[in-house]
Amino acid sequence: MVGRESRVRTYLQFLYRCFRLSFVGDQRYYAWMFLLTLLVLLGINAYCKQLVEGLATTGLTDQVSWGFYIANFTFLVGMAAAAVMLVIPVYIYKNHELHDLVIFGELFAVAAIIMAMLFVTVDLGHPDRFHHLLLRFNFPTSMLTWDVVVLNGYLLLNLHICGYLIYCAYRRRAPSRLFYIPFVFVAIAWAISIHTVTAFLYSGLGGRPFWNSAVVAPRFLASAFAAGPAFLILTLSALRRFTTYEVPDKAFLTLRNTVTIALSISMFLLGSEAFTEFYTNSAHVSYATYLFFGLHGHHALVPWIWTAIGLNVIAMVLLYLPISRRLGVLQIACVMLIVGIWIEKGMGMIVPAFIPTPLGEIVEYLPTVNESLVTLGIWAGGLLIFTVLVRVTVPVLAGRLTFDQSFSAATAPGVRVSHKHTHEHAGVTP
Amino acid sequence: MKDVRIWDGTPAQPAGTEPELTRRSFLRTGVAAVGGMAALAAALSPLRQLERDEIPDLAQFLQKHYKEMTPTEMEAALERIRDKVEKRFEVRPHLRDVKPMDGVEFVYALNLSRCIGCRKCVHACVAENNQSRSPEIQYIRVIEMPRGTLDLEKGNHHYERPTIPDAGHFYMPVQCHQCANPPCVKVCPVEATWQEPDGITVVDYDWCIGCRYCEAACPYWARRFNFAKPTLPKEQLNTNMSYLSNRPREKGVMEKCHFCLHRTREGRMPACLEICPTGARKFGNVLDPDSEVSQLLKTKRVFVLKEEVGTLPRFFYYFDERYPNSLDPEAIAIADRLRAEEGDAYGSLPGAAGPNRNYIAAAQPAWWDGSRA
Repeated sequence: MVGRESRVRTYLQFLYRCFRLSFVGDQRYYAWMFLLTLLVLLGINAYCKQLVEGLATTGLTDQVSWGFYIANFTFLVGMAAAAVMLVIPVYIYKNHELHDLVIFGELFAVAAIIMAMLFVTVDLGHPDRFHHLLLRFNFPTSMLTWDVVVLNGYLLLNLHICGYLIYCAYRRRAPSRLFYIPFVFVAIAWAISIHTVTAFLYSGLGGRPFWNSAVVAPRFLASAFAAGPAFLILTLSALRRFTTYEVPDKAFLTLRNTVTIALSISMFLLGSEAFTEFYTNSAHVSYATYLFFGLHGHHALVPWIWTAIGLNVIAMVLLYLPISRRLGVLQIACVMLIVGIWIEKGMGMIVPAFIPTPLGEIVEYLPTVNESLVTLGIWAGGLLIFTVLVRVTVPVLAGRLTFDQSFSAATAPGVRVSHKHTHEHAGVTP
Repeated sequence: MKDVRIWDGTPAQPAGTEPELTRRSFLRTGVAAVGGMAALAAALSPLRQLERDEIPDLAQFLQKHYKEMTPTEMEAALERIRDKVEKRFEVRPHLRDVKPMDGVEFVYALNLSRCIGCRKCVHACVAENNQSRSPEIQYIRVIEMPRGTLDLEKGNHHYERPTIPDAGHFYMPVQCHQCANPPCVKVCPVEATWQEPDGITVVDYDWCIGCRYCEAACPYWARRFNFAKPTLPKEQLNTNMSYLSNRPREKGVMEKCHFCLHRTREGRMPACLEICPTGARKFGNVLDPDSEVSQLLKTKRVFVLKEEVGTLPRFFYYFDERYPNSLDPEAIAIADRLRAEEGDAYGSLPGAAGPNRNYIAAAQPAWWDGSRA
């Protein structure tokens, strides 16, 4: 009994120390966190206005009934799924260089899933009735219930894997393989499933020809496996820049390969979709026409989609050239393709399905200021969560925040620690 | 790579001791905490404007799904809704839960050769079903179609000509088709919408979470969402109401045409049919072989909209074969008479035929939306 009690106490102390540590940092850390907190508060304020006035505070109408929120939701589910692109090389292809970095991919998955769920929640007209999901769950008929299941499952899987490995490092204990390896493999399949289910949410609707295409799910996965690892490249760059954590070059190069191939497949699938639409030129081409060229004098999405395609093409060319072996260039390419895919998959995928309406009416959509503030607030909240997670994980993996050291060891000026040296106590070696 | 210091250099201490809490750091933490709470309170302040009747009380919060309520629980729910309506509209409504009749499956048929596009059905529906007047929600959309096509994209939703019906066009009202294979029902995550035994797809307004998946799934654009709090002048309230049809809705829920079930399940005709000046609309029980709709389905060359999406609508259209090149002359004569009698009001475009832009604008700063200027 004594042993269990002290174990609980160690765990609670771990949580308390993580909490404390998230408030500790240098000036830049405080500035970054202050900015994010400010944006979160602006978002909360905007959401409260939406709760009072209704979704009329958004640019949504009966004609275009899903917009910015659902677009960001879709994009973020993909970002979350993309964590597997770090996991697969390590656990299936035994690429040990990336080993400790997997955790950062999974931490980002946690933040991305939380953001995705928040985006669905703010899109609800009656969030106060959320519990109706538990009481009359239309499973397996409604794809939305599938999404609820897989997103929550994926969140739990990742929380478990990261939490377990980090806590083992804190305890200076080798993790038990039985306790996380099976979950890692389940999470790989699960990651594919979250984005597939999200794609089926749209592609299963016969009344929306723009979505009613078998290529939506593969397209979602390909674009996610480009944007997600691209974001991880940026995260690892930040780790290298701002912490003492050592990120091997090999990690960047492996991720660069993943991004290059995924982006190429994504562009190919976009091209296939465009060919099928425009060559067939059936009545269903209107949505694609509206998106790419405008329809009957309405062009709201045209600049968006061509910006996206331009960014993606330039990023792809950069990625294929040896010049992107330089971190700076790689970072630029990553930013371009993340923005490109965010537009293509968000505004470019969700909105045109509604224009024209099933009855042929054309009503355009642009997000309002209030809607944009809510969106910005959720993004800031997600980045806030991710920053805190990374901020506490780095000293733990570096062996500076452990159960047998004082708290100040974690906050003392860091000594650069190679991830190779941390294997024993970080304990994430297979 | 240069090392970056993460903390201000407090010396490492032996294991087991925690750094001392100084007065300065205590004050700093306190100030930050108070500042943070104040900022959060300020951010949450718009919630104070939430109207009292919009916050669900415990009874409403715990209210069960329509299909799970016992008769006693349903009566309690009805009583609660009556009270709420009385408080808001100062009149006690005749509210009940009208059940489907046995051996009845409702079907609609619409004679496109007789529709003159006057939009009386649109207005009658709004009045009958207590739809919000601002922003105005309508279940029926009349589309002016050029002769020779059924491509809805070629139609005009916003026609406003004093000369309707125009000789080169026909007029096609579209409302919920009460599909036998309804995609809206399939996608609802909480079973807030379902098909009743008499074929009517209904919404439990107290169960809908407002995700609008059904609105995305509907191939006929038949569903409407309350983006804002629905408003309805007291004197215009129709007090004859049913739980699953025209009782007042609140913001954030979906609604749709329900074939006026509070009338039709008691043997009356839907409001849109009753008002139609030309008799273009036909409604009845398809399970009764002698009903008018049964006869029409047998004798007219009826068709359904978007048959290829496989939704099996219960809403049929047909053209009168006697008049291949124009509307029914009788209908044209009625239109001429109405135009003379009603003047400007004839065929007028209802309030919210376009998007709810007027409403969105209220939430936008002027510099954002040029259309407000």
